[in-house]
Amino acid sequence: MKSICFYFQIHQPFRLKRYRFFNIGNDHYYFDDYSNEDIMQQIAARSYIPANRMLLDLINQYKGKFKVAFSISGVALDQMEVYAPEVIEGLRELSKTGDVEFLTETYAHSLSSLFDPEEFQNQVKQHSERIEMLFDQKPTVLRNTELIYSDEIADMVYKMGYKKMITEGAKHVLGWKSPNYVYQSASQPQLKLLLKNSKFSDDIAYKFSDYSWNEYPLTAEKFMSWIASTPPEEKVFNLFMNYEVLGNLQPSHSGIFEFMKALPRFAFEKGIGFSTPSEIMDSHKPIGAIQVPETISWSDEERDVSAWLGNRLQKSALKSLYEIGERVRLCTVRQLKQDWIYLQSSDHFYYMSTKHFGIGNSNFSPYMSPYDAFNNYMNVLSDFIGRIKAQYPDTVDNEELNALLTTIHNQDMEIKRLEQELKKVIGTNEELLVEKLSRKKADKI
Amino acid sequence: MKALMFGWEFPPHILGGLGTASYGLTKGMSQQEDLETIFVIPKPWGDEDQSFMKIIGANNTPVVWKNVSNDTVKSRLEKFMNPEEYYKLRDNIYADFSYMHTNDLGCIEFSGRYPNNILEETNNYSIVAGVIARTYDFDVIHAHDWLTYPAGLHAKSVTGKPMVIHVHATEFDRSRGKPNPIVYGIEKDGMDNCDHIICVSNLTRKTVIENYHQPYWKVTTVHNAVDPLSPEIDAIKRISGVPEKVVTFLGRITMQKGPEFFVDAATQVIRKTHHIRFVMAGSGDMMDQMIRLVADRGIAHKFHFTGFLRGKQVYEMLKSSDVYVMPSVSEPFGISPLEAMQCGVPSIISYQSGCSEILHNVIKTDYWDVDAMADAIYSICTYPAMAEHLKIEGKKEVDNIKWEDAGLKVRAIYDMLV
Repeated sequence: MKSICFYFQIHQPFRLKRYRFFNIGNDHYYFDDYSNEDIMQQIAARSYIPANRMLLDLINQYKGKFKVAFSISGVALDQMEVYAPEVIEGLRELSKTGDVEFLTETYAHSLSSLFDPEEFQNQVKQHSERIEMLFDQKPTVLRNTELIYSDEIADMVYKMGYKKMITEGAKHVLGWKSPNYVYQSASQPQLKLLLKNSKFSDDIAYKFSDYSWNEYPLTAEKFMSWIASTPPEEKVFNLFMNYEVLGNLQPSHSGIFEFMKALPRFAFEKGIGFSTPSEIMDSHKPIGAIQVPETISWSDEERDVSAWLGNRLQKSALKSLYEIGERVRLCTVRQLKQDWIYLQSSDHFYYMSTKHFGIGNSNFSPYMSPYDAFNNYMNVLSDFIGRIKAQYPDTVDNEELNALLTTIHNQDMEIKRLEQELKKVIGTNEELLVEKLSRKKADKI
Repeated sequence: MKALMFGWEFPPHILGGLGTASYGLTKGMSQQEDLETIFVIPKPWGDEDQSFMKIIGANNTPVVWKNVSNDTVKSRLEKFMNPEEYYKLRDNIYADFSYMHTNDLGCIEFSGRYPNNILEETNNYSIVAGVIARTYDFDVIHAHDWLTYPAGLHAKSVTGKPMVIHVHATEFDRSRGKPNPIVYGIEKDGMDNCDHIICVSNLTRKTVIENYHQPYWKVTTVHNAVDPLSPEIDAIKRISGVPEKVVTFLGRITMQKGPEFFVDAATQVIRKTHHIRFVMAGSGDMMDQMIRLVADRGIAHKFHFTGFLRGKQVYEMLKSSDVYVMPSVSEPFGISPLEAMQCGVPSIISYQSGCSEILHNVIKTDYWDVDAMADAIYSICTYPAMAEHLKIEGKKEVDNIKWEDAGLKVRAIYDMLV
């Protein structure tokens, strides 16, 4: 049986406020609360809340036959908790049905997989713990930020104990191969991969309300007949998209909700089912290995990482950020740890992209230009680096510092141990004294 | 296609951007093989580049018939034009101007600058234009800025040929919105009676449509471009001897250019940092006021004035700069950031300048947003990636802005009118 695997991405970064170079060293709050709240609430009202309700209805209606998966970045969860807790409530209800899977990713929706393996590990751990706490299920499938993937990342992921991962079915990687199968990583054959079907995903995510598209309007019946007419050996159809597609990127008046509601009916008519990523990867054997020496992602026509690493500004900002990673991990101040996470969101670097000059402001950027984005980010980062450096003197290098911190950390125990030893020594001494005295007494007698 | 152009300045003797722009445009248009240009200026110096067009000096055009020998003409005018031209022009004197002050050749003297009697000079220019228009054969008239509008109109009324006016600046830009009524009158008259108006930016086009009440279909934007740097200029090295980064304002120190905003931004930056110096290069009627302002702010130890720079000095200044700032309040186009970018200097420009419509690899701020300007200056001087990116990408970008393309757009307008 053919199955459709829906996975929805939810992510919102903590946008930065206008942070001037005068603020450096004086002002340690970086975030634009007003716009973060405003954007989160708008999207929640337009998309997340109605979409949650719709999915819950569908799951209840089809009792165990309609399934979806989510990946929600930690920073988005943090924002929802404050600005739109009802979204989390809705997701928990979805989780309780048992037909919704939650994937794990980096807490910050960060690019750490490309720069800082240790940070990557920490963030995935932090995120999966958060998901387990909120939704009561331990994620087994990993989704890296923006579906970024390479053989090297596969290595890291496998070593962290994950055996299932999803990524982009980039044409230049697949060649003649079809994304509609389960694959395995070339570097770690035990790691199974699900690949996004770009065509079918984009038909819904981008083309759905495009009047100039020759297939407009897209109906559920037509969409399902496309999937049904694929070769019978192709079993898996991975529709990966942003959750905002439902109601925000495709507004509700475009009929996107009605389309989604009608999908299962036409799917079942054609004998197509729905599964979660882990179900699919558990039940299918990989058909072949995918080799990815150059990093891929789900962004842009090129499906590479040039949207975040395309120019000097981005590279330099990322470099400055990850250079202090090790130092930050030595700190224990919670506020610093949190800012560190929030400053890592890939969006900050996306706003610095100069790829789209002239095509209009298509990149959701809150800034007037990529240069503003860089300026502002670097000012914030300068302040942050200053705070980190203030924690421990600059002259001590990381290794030495680590040793010193271990000593400090252990010194309590050490003191206790020594105290005990002392007591013991004193104790034995007393005993000896007593013995000696009593012997003396005995002698006298 | 033959075009008769009226200009006021021409390199190498230029006072502002008008000369550079007219030169670049004409040179760019000379790439079109079937186009001939006759360029009229008030006073040629003889060292102008005439390789791609003919220059006629208004001060060498007779308006009063004088019997002068061939030898005299030859000795006096040879370095400006072919003596034959003098006699050809003399044959077309159309009225008796002997009441006017003329020299022994029957020509009116021009300063070719912006003297106090500029209105009289524009009027004389128009008288001369009558002679020139009658002498030469052409298909279209092209007048650059208000000084030449009366001359253009005169040529049009004599020949009935279509006239294009090229707006490099309006009186609204020069006066921050308080126009001199006489100048405004001349501009309005030119625009009302010409056949098409070319503006150097959409910003200027808007001014022309809104403040001069022109119909939008009559006004087209043709953005300026920039000539590639000559190898000689390209070879100039950085001469700054200070360890600090140098941030430069370069231009006339007048109200239009917003110098006080530069000083304000400098004040903020200097108070906070130790690695940045400021230079205000150029001269103008607000210079003394700026010097006082800098002294009052207590930043004179890191803020320098150079006075007027000419020719090569301009490029020496640019090449020694780390940031170029143009905080113009109202700049119809503003060619100098393009020149800075050619020299590999990261630029900050105001949204209120026309060149911001076509430039991407610069930082744009509002001229009054001193905070943003200070931020941008700090960023370029502090984060090497920023400077490097703007330097390389900016140069790449500006190298693709060519006068040839602007010339083709102007040609399309000619073709439409003729």
